[in-house]
Amino acid sequence: MSDTHAASTAFVRHDPLPPAPPPVTETGIVKWMRENLFATIPNAILTLLSLWAIYTVLSGVIPWITNGVWGAENIRECRELLAGATGGCFSVISERWNQLVFGIAYPREEYWRPTLAFVLLIVSVFPVLFPRAPRKMLILTIIYPFVAYWLIWGGTVLTPILLFAGAVVGYVVYSKLVASNFAAGFFGGLTAAAIAWWLAGFAIDAGSDVLALREVVSRDMGGFMLNMILGVVCVSLSLPIGIVLALGRQSDMFVIKWICIVFIEFIRGVPLITLLFVANVVLAYFLPPGSNFDLILRVIIMITMFASAYIAEVIRGGLAALPKGQYEAADSLGLDYPQAMRLIILPQALKISIPGIVNVAVGLFKDTVLVSIISMFDLVGMIRGPILASTDWNGVYWELWGFAALLFFVVCYSISQYSQWLERQLQTDHR
Amino acid sequence: MSAISDETEPSFRLSMLVNDTRYRSLTFQFIALILLIVFMAYLGMNLVQNLATAGLNISYGFLSEPAGYDINQRLIEYDSQSTHRAAAYVGILNTLLVAFLGCLTATVLGVVAGVLRLSGNWLVAKLMAVYVEAFRNVPVLIWILIINTIVITLPAPRAYRGETPDAEMLFGMIAYTNRGIYFPAPVWGSGSLIVVGVFLASIVGIFAYRRYAKNLLYSSGKLLPTFWPSVALFFVPTILAYFVMGRPVTLDYPALQGFNFQGGLQVQRPLIALWLALSVYTGAFIAENVRAGIQAVNKGQSEAAGALGLRPGRIMNLVVLPQALRVIIPPLISQYLNITKNSSLAIAVGYADITATLGGITLNQTGRAIESVLLLMLFYLVISLSISMVMNFYNNSVTLKER
Repeated sequence: MSDTHAASTAFVRHDPLPPAPPPVTETGIVKWMRENLFATIPNAILTLLSLWAIYTVLSGVIPWITNGVWGAENIRECRELLAGATGGCFSVISERWNQLVFGIAYPREEYWRPTLAFVLLIVSVFPVLFPRAPRKMLILTIIYPFVAYWLIWGGTVLTPILLFAGAVVGYVVYSKLVASNFAAGFFGGLTAAAIAWWLAGFAIDAGSDVLALREVVSRDMGGFMLNMILGVVCVSLSLPIGIVLALGRQSDMFVIKWICIVFIEFIRGVPLITLLFVANVVLAYFLPPGSNFDLILRVIIMITMFASAYIAEVIRGGLAALPKGQYEAADSLGLDYPQAMRLIILPQALKISIPGIVNVAVGLFKDTVLVSIISMFDLVGMIRGPILASTDWNGVYWELWGFAALLFFVVCYSISQYSQWLERQLQTDHR
Repeated sequence: MSAISDETEPSFRLSMLVNDTRYRSLTFQFIALILLIVFMAYLGMNLVQNLATAGLNISYGFLSEPAGYDINQRLIEYDSQSTHRAAAYVGILNTLLVAFLGCLTATVLGVVAGVLRLSGNWLVAKLMAVYVEAFRNVPVLIWILIINTIVITLPAPRAYRGETPDAEMLFGMIAYTNRGIYFPAPVWGSGSLIVVGVFLASIVGIFAYRRYAKNLLYSSGKLLPTFWPSVALFFVPTILAYFVMGRPVTLDYPALQGFNFQGGLQVQRPLIALWLALSVYTGAFIAENVRAGIQAVNKGQSEAAGALGLRPGRIMNLVVLPQALRVIIPPLISQYLNITKNSSLAIAVGYADITATLGGITLNQTGRAIESVLLLMLFYLVISLSISMVMNFYNNSVTLKER
């Protein structure tokens, strides 16, 4: 039958026609632009406005960067080189690089020390930041604070070694005693470490020139280095204090709870700048007569208090977000309070609080520039004081502020990107 | 048969203070209290000793002494013969002024940027992301100094002088100079009170009309237009009253006299720098809060509203925003608190807020460090505690009552 049909028709197409290409407005970049840039008339207006804004900004900034002068000695020479054209005098950054990074007073031939400390910082935070890094690298993290102290402030090598030895003694005593009772372990360890440090004091006095690096006093620190020191030291000190404050605020004990509440709310209620005023002019009145705390130490104390109050609130949020069943499960296993907190509650609560803690850390790092107001020469202080006031670079605002902003942006943006990555890594719930 | 005798109530032993959970917490609290008292006493004794050594005392008498310094930007009468207390009041008002202005503009900026960041327009969304990240990741102090620099590069007042001036006033009435921006100021002539009264009455009228329209809609289903009548109510009666009363409100234009502009309303450079910097900086944070709030509303909500046949504008107004506001407002209020606290950076650009007057010049002139800093902290504490009280009150009123 089929061949009669074939005979009766002149032509049968056996394969289908190739599909016609979609209209040009429905494919590729044109479609994308239609959907994402010019979907409606208001949208199109917005797009044009944004294009105009981008053009205005770029047409000013690009010649400023491409015409930039890097080799001039001072602003007059730079203006001569530019000869009226738009362009930045970026030579201020290269010429004053050491001041911007290390401050004025840090001895020039010792710059390798903070630089090395910075490199080691990156190496030693690596195992903390990335859970997949080899665990043995954590040893590096543990000894880092001692090494960094020695590198930046100088002095005999005995100082970091004996301080570390004291900490090890404390830890050994703690781990012996903690099996029976957390409080005994904690206070025992603390006492043992204190005794060891006290003994170490004599040894350090005796051997003050064993492998000594040149000593640099705190007030010689400056530039971006000062911001880094303040940020790193205060954030790491404020984490444990913040945890204790948060636990205290959640506690059933009336007195302890109220001490924590008053402390936290007081600190959070006042601006950091007033706390820095306290460090600058008031704190000295409350210290024992004759004691000579230098300004940087007083500032570290106040910023640490400030940060720990904020971190305490973040961690309290994490503690409150844990389901009640976790607390009850810990109780029904017969764990006592320190065990329950260490083994069940805090690991989960801290995990929930990571984004908040990172936010506080970024905010704190940004706030370290406020020390320039109490006339310390951090990055902003250096720019406002010695550099802009010098006759060589008077009036080079944009390059310097742009540099400072860029530096902070790079650091803070990478920290916040890291925290988002970590959050995804730690996500154990199924979505 | 063995009788189980009741255990006799054990008598109190000293070891129970540590081992018995009933008493242990009391022991801990007692120790904490003792430690606190000892610590406070230690600080207090140090203070007394240090003050004695330095020959100082704690006294607030300096507040009544003449301050001896001038303040440019002020909302109340003040001159260099006024007391330190008056200077502190000027400072407080200036803090509140910049905080209020900053909150207003930061909210507007933040809401616009937050909504636009979720827009379907790819370019605009990316641009807003750049704005948010750029401002959130750079210290506010640097932004204040950058904007201060921008204002400094505006033309000097003398650029407006001469036959062919280098700079021209905007619309012939706004002068922007490196000392500040000068706006025309309204002069309230006789009868202007009536104009203002009419204006206030027409605002009340707008609310009354909208309420009437809503009641009518709910009771009879009749939908009255609300937008254009509101606009008309806003403008028409006031303009009519203005002409009927013989144009009592006139404008005082700033004019160049001597080395500077005189007359008009002047907003000085420090205030502009601080206000703008705080607004754009905090606006970036508010934008993130707004975005988070809108994204927190379940997508099913807007789909359900769409299925009911609501138009996109109404979905936003009636379904998404009321639910998003519950998430947005608490962080928004803490951003307001941050603006108030960050306004203490005024000292960096020379704006005379409370930190710059009481904590800056007064402190340096009188040497009363403890008293000044204490008062300063007290002021900020009062502000932030009252704001957090408002926030707790709001939170309690909007919390979903769930069982």
